[in-house]
Amino acid sequence: MSNVEQEDVETFRQRARSFIRNNLQPISSDALVFPLRNVRNDDEELTAVAREREVQRMLFDAGLAGICFPRKYGGQELTPAHQRALNEEFDGYEYPSRLQAPTLSPCAAVLLDFGSEEQKLRHIPAILNGEEIWMQFLSEPSGGSDVAGAQMSAIRDGDEWVLNGSKIWTTGAWWSDWGLCLTRTNWDVPKHRGLSVFILPIHQPGLEVHRIEMLNGSKEFCQEFLTDVRVPDSDRIGGVDDGWTVGTRWMFHERMLTNSPLVTMPTGAGRTSVGATFVHAVAQEAGRASEPHIRDYIGETLMLDIVERELQRRIGDGLATGTMADQAAAVGRLFSGVAATRIRTIAFEIAGGAGAAWTDDDGELAFSGSDFLMRQVSCIGGGTTEMARNVISERVLGMPRERTLDKDIPYRDVPRSASSRT
Amino acid sequence: MLLALTDDQELFRETTSKLLGEFVPAEVLRSLQDDAIGFEAEYWRRGADLGWTSLLVGEEHGGGSLSGQGLVDLTLVAHEFGRHAAPGPLAVTNVVAATLSEAGGSQSNGVIGDLLTGRSIATWCFSEPRPHDRLDNGCLDIRVNGDEVVLNGVKRPVESGHGASHLLVSGRTGAGYSQVLVPAGASGMTLATMQSVDLTRRFSVVTFDDVRLPSSTVIGEIGCAGEQVTRQLRRVIAILCAESVGTMQAAFDMTVEWAFDRYSFGRPLASYQELKHRFADMKTWLEASHAVSDAATLAVALGEPDADELLSSAKAFIGDFGSELIQDCVQIHGGIGVTFDHDLHLFLRRHTLNRGLYGTPEEHRQRLADLVTMTESAT
Repeated sequence: MSNVEQEDVETFRQRARSFIRNNLQPISSDALVFPLRNVRNDDEELTAVAREREVQRMLFDAGLAGICFPRKYGGQELTPAHQRALNEEFDGYEYPSRLQAPTLSPCAAVLLDFGSEEQKLRHIPAILNGEEIWMQFLSEPSGGSDVAGAQMSAIRDGDEWVLNGSKIWTTGAWWSDWGLCLTRTNWDVPKHRGLSVFILPIHQPGLEVHRIEMLNGSKEFCQEFLTDVRVPDSDRIGGVDDGWTVGTRWMFHERMLTNSPLVTMPTGAGRTSVGATFVHAVAQEAGRASEPHIRDYIGETLMLDIVERELQRRIGDGLATGTMADQAAAVGRLFSGVAATRIRTIAFEIAGGAGAAWTDDDGELAFSGSDFLMRQVSCIGGGTTEMARNVISERVLGMPRERTLDKDIPYRDVPRSASSRT
Repeated sequence: MLLALTDDQELFRETTSKLLGEFVPAEVLRSLQDDAIGFEAEYWRRGADLGWTSLLVGEEHGGGSLSGQGLVDLTLVAHEFGRHAAPGPLAVTNVVAATLSEAGGSQSNGVIGDLLTGRSIATWCFSEPRPHDRLDNGCLDIRVNGDEVVLNGVKRPVESGHGASHLLVSGRTGAGYSQVLVPAGASGMTLATMQSVDLTRRFSVVTFDDVRLPSSTVIGEIGCAGEQVTRQLRRVIAILCAESVGTMQAAFDMTVEWAFDRYSFGRPLASYQELKHRFADMKTWLEASHAVSDAATLAVALGEPDADELLSSAKAFIGDFGSELIQDCVQIHGGIGVTFDHDLHLFLRRHTLNRGLYGTPEEHRQRLADLVTMTESAT
């Protein structure tokens, strides 16, 4: 801790409140519930990104960025309680949503855990002031859940490494700046022992960003193709072939999602709830808000919102105090994924036929059908709920691990598709 | 249950757990099945010595809490009650003691004293028969007649009506609420025994037919007891939720152990991914139940404005997902899980009882919908 006296939570809250109300725009909550709706064209998206960088810079200058980051890297060195107060004060106001996950967590969190002093000083202040937006170059087309099975190759060439391969499911890589990249540096050892992590600028020769069109027309997800991309050894994070040590913490930070004290995410200050507000609006639009069985759905949605908030808080406290192991973050991840799918189903159910076929006059109802089509995103992105269930049963409850066929043989010899099986 | 207890709280929880293990192990619970009261007087006195009935009572009446938040401390006892499916009217006795202490008045002092020592128990007559069985539509009539009050109506289910020395009766005087402390054996009051899903908790139908009592038995102001009743309801729900989470914890722990010990096809049940994933879901519901129960209790204790939405969320979630959890524990046990000799049903019973009392999940979701409508129309 620094020897500057710490600002108490209430003073901080008042400071945050007056800054937010005097400088930021109020917004509707829909944008927060459904970030993947296909509602903006590219120009509008770029304008929104630019505004978020600007807001991040304003927060940085006002001492409201990087609440739990060390002061020497531009942060405030305050506590998760301060971050929580900030999250509450943001409720109903614009905030730099695209600059939170994955930039602040897992990317900046991994830099904090494993970066050299020089790497941290170079990147973390730039992240906190909105100059650098980061993506995780983690999943590959060959498999999302088997993260340690990365096949992106990095081969040493003097003081540099040469990267070849492909990464996928990076949200908004086309307007982002830096990537945190998991690579394979050794094919002659078992899979967890031949990985290394690098950081690299996204916009450079040899790195092609391809935008993936989702079923609802959203093009926010990207795939990257790397051809002979050269990365200096000074941009390696952690030891050579020791990338899984980094990867394990990386995965933990990813499962923490919005529960991470490093991330700003508006929450209802106990009185409002994003999901219930949305479902109530759908019910009103449908003219059905007073029907008893629809009210049952509205009540269920508020229940899920509140229970999730309290669960994430409990896990956050448990991790902070060490009464829960890191793997307990998977409990929150599982709950939030399943609850979100339920809320989308409820909205579609309430919308009735207007969820299936609509006109511009149908307002909020018009989205419920395509939101429903995208429903499983909440159980896939950020690590699937199946992986969360494995982590909870095996790492939290200590049940026997699933049998794997790739543990003790060189990764080169591991079957990687039906056709490569001998 | 709270993630972090103070040393005092941990000692209190531990002592309570030990006493329950000693006095009411599973075989004793089974033997109490046909007992009219459902527990031994000595058991309750020993628990009262530990402080089970004094946490919501003011120090001026001989009570006091460990942490400054008596309700939070009391939910530690409730959690242990759930983990042991323990007998005794924990919630209602405490709720009545709290109201008597808060209302003051010298005639209550003797009653409170006996509740604190465990020499007697008290109960709360709140719920009524259909169609007046919602949380807000009771209609028992409390009428003022000179310096007497006259009670007419029916209450059910009333917990421990047969063993209670005093019954705190909530009713209406016109549109307002009134509460009267009725002594056992009052003329015009009759009790009829009910059946229940629980092995040791006893319930009665209590009928008030022109029950006349001096107006000194009114607790608080006649016609103005609405806030009192709301406070009692909040407390009783918080205590029930904590107890239900205790039953979920016990069933879950027992079933995890079973999954490691039980082998089929040469491997432990815990090695099957299908079951592992169900355990992961159950663990998630369990942690979520702990979280929302604790948050609701604290909000009630501190009188926070969001206490009602937390409480109804807790009651609805723990009711629904707790049933799913415990029933899945039964499923994973197989046939043995639905036998009388196995302990699992003790927890299934207690959880099921609590789910049905003081508002089902369905009713609490309706209350939550009311809160959403209120909030949204205010903005």
